[in-house]
Amino acid sequence: MTTVSNPPAPLILKQLAAGELAPIDLTIKPGQVVCLSGASGSGKSRLLRAIADLEPHQGTVWLGDAQRDAMPANVWRQQVMMVPAESQWWADHVGEHWATRQPEALQALGLPEEAEGWTVARLSSGEKQRLALVRAKAGQPRALLLDEPTANLDHDSTLKAEQWLREWIKAAQLPVLWVAHDAEQIERVADQRLRIRDGGIEVVA
Amino acid sequence: MSVIDLSWWQLGLASLLVMLLALVAHWQRLGVSRPLLIAAARTAIQLALIGLVLEALFAVGSLFWVALMATVMLLVAGREVMARQKHRLTGGWAFGIGTLSMFISAFSVTILTLAVIIGPEPWYTPQYAIPLLGMLLGNTMTGVALSLDRLTESVWRQRAVIENRLMLGQRWQEAISDLRREAMRSGMMPMINAMAAAGIVSLPGMMTGQILAGTAPGLAVKYQVLVMFTITVGSGFGTLAAVMLGSRRLFDQRERLRVDRLQAAKR
Repeated sequence: MTTVSNPPAPLILKQLAAGELAPIDLTIKPGQVVCLSGASGSGKSRLLRAIADLEPHQGTVWLGDAQRDAMPANVWRQQVMMVPAESQWWADHVGEHWATRQPEALQALGLPEEAEGWTVARLSSGEKQRLALVRAKAGQPRALLLDEPTANLDHDSTLKAEQWLREWIKAAQLPVLWVAHDAEQIERVADQRLRIRDGGIEVVA
Repeated sequence: MSVIDLSWWQLGLASLLVMLLALVAHWQRLGVSRPLLIAAARTAIQLALIGLVLEALFAVGSLFWVALMATVMLLVAGREVMARQKHRLTGGWAFGIGTLSMFISAFSVTILTLAVIIGPEPWYTPQYAIPLLGMLLGNTMTGVALSLDRLTESVWRQRAVIENRLMLGQRWQEAISDLRREAMRSGMMPMINAMAAAGIVSLPGMMTGQILAGTAPGLAVKYQVLVMFTITVGSGFGTLAAVMLGSRRLFDQRERLRVDRLQAAKR
């Protein structure tokens, strides 16, 4: 993959309509975190899925000057990576899910280095959630779609994960769409706030 | 060695035993007496009818009628493959993929066996073509149905895993590779097991029938081995084709997993 040397690029949604949501236009600048909130079932996850091109929908998305449909779908998803609320693990051991070892990321998220040798079956939901973030980082994406990335973490781990994510986002200049419920978390991480209301997306001042 | 003729009253005697079983099942309230008797009657009627059809077919022996018979067999097998899947592909794809894979494998293996190995004159002589195709289709049908059912069922249950793999940038082939392998294996295992057990645990029906009909055991064995090999090849390639076609249909041109192309299970 050549993504390491790729320059930072904004994520641009053009008339993107997922599920019941009205079409939206949105530009997320490199290094910017846009937080999205809304009631359960209002379509937050479907919007992320549409951006990652996981289900049929209207509209299109650009990463910088590269249009989504101009590149193979798997390349797009590797570059604009969605981290779902519930991560899935298919191999027997954690470390088999990424290509290179990730000691720094594990440590920063409060996990031991040996976590790569753990069997997937024994993971708690909080461990899975943090390991899913490590896995995403190992994939070297250029934009991130986070679906409640700290929902299963206690307060301390949440703060650690937020800090680690913010450092990564700043360093790699990733545009980020972050679905969050917790008002305090939004306060801490958001550069811009959006809310889904009545089938549309509005900016929160 | 001559064949002992079976007369109708002798068959009637055997049917009395079936009725006895139904009676016992009724006493034991197993609730299977009715289906048992209906199935027994169906066997007798269906086989009697196919006997008539085969007699007519053998008398005519033309390629047209043999081909027509083969087509009917194929379409019925295709329907059966479709009916055996709980989460089948919608829009005729379950029938189409099952039928096409059986056509590709069972037909080509049958024709190859007839033309190159057995070599009757002409190659479509119905005494050889129809029983051979029947055994191939029957077993290929089992393999294709098992593998497609396994594939669609496991995709249905593991869609979250497949989608998570897609999110990480995997190609669709990679995201579904485990499930595809398992589906292919499950379609091929029955024949592998049958070959491993042949002659030790079970005496294959065709060979038994030939021996009962007066064929020397040595020749019956040769035919049985030939049939086992062709059935294995036919169901094996049929399974591979069905799983490849089926898994391709589960993704669209943007490599999205399209679970909406599977039918939700009834009940």
